[in-house]
Amino acid sequence: MRYLINNLDLVSALFIQHLQLTLMVLFFALIIGIPLGLALARVKWLQGPVMSVLGIIYTIPSLSFFVLLIPIFGLGTTPAVVALTAYAQLLLVRNWLVGLTSINPAILEAARGMGMSGWQRFWQVEFPLALPMLLVGVRLVMLSSIGIGTIAAFINAGGLGVLLFEGVITANYNKIFTGALAVTVLSLIANYGIRALEQRAEKSIHGSQVKY
Amino acid sequence: MTYASSKTKESRVTQSGEILFEDVSKTFESEQIPAVDSISLQVAAGDLVVFLGPSGSGKTTLLKMVNRLYEPTSGKIWIGNEDIQRLPLNDLRRQIGYVIQQVGLFPHMTVKKNISVVPRLLDWEKNQIQSRVEMLLELTGLPNTYLERYPNQLSGGEQQRVGLARALAADPDILLMDEPFAALDAINRERLQKELLRLHCKLDKTILFVTHDVEEALLLADKIAVLQKGKLVQYDTPIDLVTKPKNSFIKELVGTNNILRRLSLVSIKSVVKAQDHESLRKNPVNQGADLFPAISTGEDLRSALSLLLSSGSDYLRVEDSSGTAQGLISMDDLRKMLMSDNLAEKKKCDEISD
Ligand SMILES: Nc1ncnc2c1ncn2[C@@H]1O[C@H](COP(=O)(O)OP(=O)(O)OP(=O)(O)O)[C@@H](O)[C@H]1O
Ligand SMILES: [Mg+2]
Repeated sequence: MRYLINNLDLVSALFIQHLQLTLMVLFFALIIGIPLGLALARVKWLQGPVMSVLGIIYTIPSLSFFVLLIPIFGLGTTPAVVALTAYAQLLLVRNWLVGLTSINPAILEAARGMGMSGWQRFWQVEFPLALPMLLVGVRLVMLSSIGIGTIAAFINAGGLGVLLFEGVITANYNKIFTGALAVTVLSLIANYGIRALEQRAEKSIHGSQVKY
Repeated sequence: MTYASSKTKESRVTQSGEILFEDVSKTFESEQIPAVDSISLQVAAGDLVVFLGPSGSGKTTLLKMVNRLYEPTSGKIWIGNEDIQRLPLNDLRRQIGYVIQQVGLFPHMTVKKNISVVPRLLDWEKNQIQSRVEMLLELTGLPNTYLERYPNQLSGGEQQRVGLARALAADPDILLMDEPFAALDAINRERLQKELLRLHCKLDKTILFVTHDVEEALLLADKIAVLQKGKLVQYDTPIDLVTKPKNSFIKELVGTNNILRRLSLVSIKSVVKAQDHESLRKNPVNQGADLFPAISTGEDLRSALSLLLSSGSDYLRVEDSSGTAQGLISMDDLRKMLMSDNLAEKKKCDEISD
């Protein structure tokens, strides 16, 4: 605890940096994953191959993945974001796809039969109905990025991993403990924050539960 | 209450409720035999036409070609003077109401939002939408307090009423209904069938209605198109279908030998009209007629038979809806009616317009 109190500035700076890294990953993951999931929902035969590729990417050990990217992107945040975004695709796309494909086909047929364009069907029907599952994906992406993100400190991406690595090298257990604590706190905040959003989205699908 | 919406109909891509199927066929890619096999069929504006046939006979396929959820492999479909293939797809669909068995209400939208989907797609004014939705709730027999409810807070029957209101929202000339009541329990189904009849008599809409329930078809239809293996076997009024079936398949299907069914297709009104004045004089309405059980002109002969048997009376006193006596009806009249070849059609809207 003493370490935390004495180094509050450093720890909170790293905390913010870690959060920024994760949010950046989430941002790029969504930009790629949402259209990818949509495409997979429309073109069914792509699902098998694409999900296999995403699964294989997910199994690459993170340290080697980061290191492998250094020749292309150099040291720092960029290779970290690239690798974490690649990992995130499996978690994000899988849940988003489940959300999209589990919509009752009668609802989609009604939407089509009533003359909604593809765009209108997406925004007014598919997106809100698949949103809870998308948020499940978002939550998993946040949690895994926060966790794996600690290792990114090894390639100079900063974040709370710095405390862990330096602590290990200098055998400073207080430092390690503080780093681990900060990561846990960040994970818990992300988890419950997004959980609350999920529940709101879930509720808006099923309507308010109040019976009149 | 006037039904017409204030939105001008001039902007519409079709102006008519008349539908013409011209040698329409549909073969699905994965299939060898056509699901719909060169069907030609003319549906007069304002008619309620039922597609009747066993499972897999092509009813749904034929229906879905009207709002182009399926495209025909060959043949044409006309609405009024328009070949629907040439019309902008979503414009066409927005002016054809569509009701399906699974209802397909949007679970994340309130009843009000659900009903107003098409008016919102058409950019109606806010207050126009509001009054339209309220009117439709009343029309479909739902209380105003349901506006802000979600579909999962409604019973199956209520959901289907909302489905019907949603289909009627933009005041379409044509309504497509695919087994809309099949998932409901018997009581709700009967209630909604009556409501639909009432609506059809009140609003000037062409309705294409798919069912495999013969009773439902006979009750609702102006004309019935019987489908078998993708082909149109007979297209006739309910009474002609029952009395003049074209083949044994239809005979079997509609139960031509079923006397009760025949009786249920003839209204009392037509029998009373058919009685000549001679017999009326012999059975003077005002001589002791008060003693006979009363029956309304809107009822059918099946109800008359049932009342004759249950009351043990020889005659029934026929009254119109205001209670004015119209004449008498006896077992003999029923017998004569059954033996005659040209049964007069039961006019569906009698009960409503009386
Ligand atoms: N999307 C489709 N792809 C391939 N074949 C289809 C498709 N839809 C229907 N069929 C086939 O076309 C035929 C007619 O089907 P359709 O759904 O029109 O029958 P139906 O009369 O509505 O039957 P039901 O009373 O069971 O609803 C069936 O043999 C069916 O298997
Ligand atoms: Mg069907």
